[in-house]
Parts: sequence; C-alpha cells; structure tokens
Amino acid sequence: MTQSPLVESIESAETEGTLTGGRAAAADPAPVGPPSVIRTQGLTKRFAGGQLAVDGLDLTVPRGSVFGFLGPNGSGKTTTIRMLMGLIAPTSGVATVLGASMPQSVGSVLPRVGALIEGPALYGFLSGRDNLVRYDSADPTADPRTRARRVGEALDRVGLTAAAGKKARAYSLGMKQRLGLAAALLQPRELLVLDEPTNGLDPQGMREIRALIRELAGEGTTVFLSSHLLDEIEQVCTHAAVMSKGRLVVQGTVPELAARAQGRLVVRTPDAARAAEVLAAAGVSDIRVAEGRVDGEPATAGDEPLPGLCAALVEAGVRVRAFGVERGTLEDAFVALTGEGFDVAG
Amino acid sequence: MSQVEVAPTVSPASMASMASMAPTVSGRVPAGVRPQTAAGFLALFRSEITLTFRRTRTIALLGLLAALPVLLGVVVKIETGDMHGGANGPAFIAQVTQNGLFLVFAALAVALPVFLPMTVGVVAGDSIAGEAATGTLRYLLVAPAGRTRLLAAKFLAAMVFCWAATLAVALSALATGAALFPMGSMTLLSGDTVGLGGALLRAVLIAGVVALSLAGLVAIGLFVSTLTGSGIAAMATTVGLVILVQILDSFPQLHAIQPWLFTHQWLTFGDLLRAPMYWTGILQNLGLQALYLAVFGSAAWARFTSRDVTA
Ligand SMILES: Nc1ncnc2c1ncn2[C@@H]1O[C@H](COP(=O)(O)OP(=O)(O)O)[C@@H](O)[C@H]1O
Ligand SMILES: [Mg+2]
Repeated sequence: MTQSPLVESIESAETEGTLTGGRAAAADPAPVGPPSVIRTQGLTKRFAGGQLAVDGLDLTVPRGSVFGFLGPNGSGKTTTIRMLMGLIAPTSGVATVLGASMPQSVGSVLPRVGALIEGPALYGFLSGRDNLVRYDSADPTADPRTRARRVGEALDRVGLTAAAGKKARAYSLGMKQRLGLAAALLQPRELLVLDEPTNGLDPQGMREIRALIRELAGEGTTVFLSSHLLDEIEQVCTHAAVMSKGRLVVQGTVPELAARAQGRLVVRTPDAARAAEVLAAAGVSDIRVAEGRVDGEPATAGDEPLPGLCAALVEAGVRVRAFGVERGTLEDAFVALTGEGFDVAG
Repeated sequence: MSQVEVAPTVSPASMASMASMAPTVSGRVPAGVRPQTAAGFLALFRSEITLTFRRTRTIALLGLLAALPVLLGVVVKIETGDMHGGANGPAFIAQVTQNGLFLVFAALAVALPVFLPMTVGVVAGDSIAGEAATGTLRYLLVAPAGRTRLLAAKFLAAMVFCWAATLAVALSALATGAALFPMGSMTLLSGDTVGLGGALLRAVLIAGVVALSLAGLVAIGLFVSTLTGSGIAAMATTVGLVILVQILDSFPQLHAIQPWLFTHQWLTFGDLLRAPMYWTGILQNLGLQALYLAVFGSAAWARFTSRDVTA
C-alpha cells in the first residue's frame, strides 16, 4: 500500500498529539461526556460510474458542537451528508447518527434531525406556508394538531412570515433558502445538517443565517455545517473537518486547526529591501518582499525573538510602520496540509 | 487574515476549555426518539391526495376528461339522423338518443381505451420521478416520510385520481345526456327494463369498476416512476406502454398473450348492463389488475426502497 503525503500529514498530526478531536477521542471509550452525534468509520461511496466520491471517511462530531465540514467543491461533502441522511447507501463503512446506524434507522433518527441538502427544493405552486405543511405531514412523528403553530413559528424564525402566503415559485433564491431552513426547524432538533446554507445569499442574509446557527447551537442543537467558505467556518464553528478529493485531511477544534498554520511575521515599511536583508540575517526564512511590506517565517515559533528582531530593524535604520505576526487561518492550514490551493476541485 | 499582536500558541489547556465550552444537551432541545402517531402517519396520505388535486395539471386533465362526453353528446345530437341502427359506432352510442343515461356508458367506453389511461399514466408516471426531478423527494425522505409509506401514499393518491377521472367523465356525461336527450327508465342490453334509480345505481357501479380497472396501470406507472429521475420521461414511458399494449391487443396473431394484457378485459364493464349482471369478465379483469398490482407494486417497492436518491 502506498501512502500519499495527505495520509502522512494526518498520521504525523496524531502522533504529535496536537489534535485531540476526531479519531483519537473516538478511540477510547470515553467514560464521561455525551456520545458523538455523528460518527463514521471507513465510510466510502463509489458511484455507479466508478467515481470515488468519499474514501474511507472517519468522522466524529461531538454533541453540542458547531461542526464545520470544509472542502472545495467536489470534495465529497454532499455525498457524505446524503449517506448520513440515509438517502444513499455507503459502498462500505459505517455511518452512525444519534447513536443508530444509517440508513437502517432513518425512521427513528431523522425526526430528530433537520436537514438542508444541496440547496432548497420546494413545490413552486404551493405557498411558502403550504410547503412547510407538506414537509411536516411527511414526518409521522409530527403532531397534526400543532402543525399550524409550528409552521408559523418556523416561518417567524427565518423571517418569512410576511411572505408566507406567496407562491414559492415567486420567491428569490435567498427566500427559498430561508424556507428550506424553516423546514429543518419545524421541530426542536438534536442535530441540524446544513449543506452550504449560505449559498446564494447576500452578505446580509449570510450574517442572519450565521446568527441563527449560533442561536440554535445555544439551545443545544448540534450543527453540522458544510461549506466551501473558510471564513464561514472560522466565524461560526467550534470544530471542523477538512475534506479534499473525498478524503478527510484533518479534524479538530477550529483554534487547533488554525494553529497548524504557522503565523507569518509581517513588517510594513517603506524600506522593504533593507528590512528583508536584516530579517534574513536574523534567521527569518521564506522572505517575501512586496510594496511597503516584507513578510517571512520567524526562525522559531512563538514571540520570543520578536522584540529582538524589531530592535534589529530599527537599529539598521529601517522605518517600521507596523510589526507583528499574522495569525494563521484555516486557509493557511488547508494549504499547509494539502499542499494545494483551496479552490482546486476534486 | 487578521492582524494580532502575539503569535498563535494554542495550549492543550485552552483546547480542553474550548471543548467543554460546547453547550450540553441539558439545553432546551429534548433528546430521544419521538414516537409516531396514527394521525401523524396518515397525514402524508391526506397531504398526497390534496397535493395531487392542487396541481394545475391535474385540474386540466380532469377538465379534458369532462369535455369529452360533452363533445360526444353534441356529435350524437347533430348526427342523430345517420346514427340510427349504426352498428359500427362506439359501444352504446346507438342507444344514447333513446336514453341520455347511455351517454355515461358510451363516454366511459370511449374514454377507457385511450383518454383515461393517458391521464392516469401522466399522474402515476410523474408521482415519484417528478418529486425526484424537483428535489423535493430528498426532503420528503429526510422528513422522514419512509420509502414504503411514501410509495403507498403515491399509489393511494393515483387511485383517487383514477376515481376522480372516471367520475369526471361519468358526471359530465350524465349532465350532457340529461341536457340533450330524454332520460328515464332504461332498456338494458338483455332487453329488460330498469327504472332511472336502478340505472343510476348501475352507472355508479360501472364507474367504480372502471376506476379499479386502472389499478394495474397505476402500479406500472409507479414502477416506471421509480426508475428515472425525470418526470417527463416516466410519463411518456407509461403512456407509451398503454398505447403499445393496446396495439398488441389488436393483433389476432398474439391471441395467446392477449388475455394477460392489462387492457384486455377493460370493456367487460358493459356486462353490468345485463339482468342478471354477468360478472365473469369483470372478475377476471379485477383479478388481472390485482396481479399487475402485485407484480409491479413489488417491483416498485424493491426498486424504491433500495435505490440511491441523488437528485
Ligand atoms: N450521483 C452521482 N453520480 C456520480 N458521481 C457523483 C454523483 N454525485 C456526486 N458525484 C461526484 O462525487 C464527487 C463529490 O461530489 P459532492 O459530494 O457533491 O461534492 P461537494 O458537495 O463537496 O461539492 C464529485 O466528483 C462529483 O462529481
Ligand atoms: Mg455540495
């Protein structure tokens, strides 16, 4: 068996012990703490055409987390979600949702799960309200006597009350997305699975959806949020997993993941060339010089040598406008882990 | 990228606190399996029937079917002179001028081979495939509707449509017949005479038999509907099948297989216009429909419960 660099990076991460979430946590039978809400082991999906969409996925989503499922388009996020929701059968491996295996347990598990999968789908000839009534009727555990009230509350929650009587075909993409979200909120849910919920929304709509996600998480709902937007995951998630070409690259808490990207030292100065020389002499590597700006990797992690560096710059007559370390982002982490740009499709 | 003063060092301690920061289940969301109720279970069946009749397409099809007897009645009225004793017209047409009630049977006999199965093919063929095409299928399934329950609801709704379609033809024919021709006691095919009440009762019975005659086709349409993700393709295939089977039924060389074609015994409903009623053909027809229902219903179930829903 040949090992790709991708796998090695995961193994090394685990042996270093820098990651606490994911497989490490799942491996020992945790004596305390609630069980994971989603757990997959070797989950694999090969489509009839031979396309390997998801490849040996081991995922653990802790209860109460807002879990970001991050990956470029085509990396297998939606396919994973379809397997978790029992819409498609895995080629091999196991998917467990709320403690029961899927797709065998859809009947007992899915009433406790709200889902938005690959965009909303509505009956255009029905009003927004009647769309929700239709979806609520499909749930055999939903009480018809409380239906009207719950539909009203869900509409209210996503801000669609005013447009509830309008035919869904007249809705804008943003309104459709909200209505889809409302359908996921017809009942109190233990788990919300949201597949790119801010797709097609304007920045204001995105902010509202993110606020709603935080609010739901505050109520105790575990949120599984897939996205190809790194900043979205950074803004709302406590945990994240990164997918690339159907494989899990890494999973853990968001701060841990971001920490894997080394911070870069950034100096803003009109004397960029001179600054670069000083920094190089002080052991800073990978120096990039741009207009009014120099950045590079400090020799050692941490802020220990930074004051010295700053002093050296000033001593050499470099006019320092700003000096600091830019925090690593998930994007840097992704690039560091996969060695490729984030926009590469699988 | 955001600029911060200190380099990022995430200590294991801060990670642990991060993890424990997550809200616990003791929040407002109740955990555990929610039981299903009888009312909740049946809601989908009601929803399915309501949805069928809220589609503009359904109403248009019913309107088309209702227009057919009107057309037929007007033509018979205009052509009355030539129709006398015309043995080569459609069944029951000759009797319409004597008794408007016969327009019900004439219209059903005209509608059953082509128009009724076409509309039923559209509704049954589109039932699952249409939901797959618009993506609503995935949301029904994660609701979770349950694949068997959804299929049963689709079948029920399609059967209700068969019944409504038959009724549309029959009621429109009754109204047209009453408007254009004399009504009253009816001379049966066997020569006996029954009163208007008895005749209406037979009309109701025949409408029921005609609706049930379409059960086999509904099962076929449902099966086709589970095979594709395109509503149009499923509708076209189902309607095409109806036409193909009718053609096969007309070749004398194929008489060996003809008794097994689901359309073969459709017109036996006329046997109910005898005294006493002659049930053999009708029971054979209903038995055949049950057979098709069992075979294609099982096939639809096997296919739908195992298939990947990727739309
Ligand atoms: N129904 C399907 N049949 C064949 N291949 C598919 C199907 N659905 C998705 N794929 C392929 O699987 C891969 C993963 O797709 P998907 O899970 O939709 O990715 P994502 O949601 O991360 O964008 C892609 O290469 C896609 O082309
Ligand atoms: Mg996707």
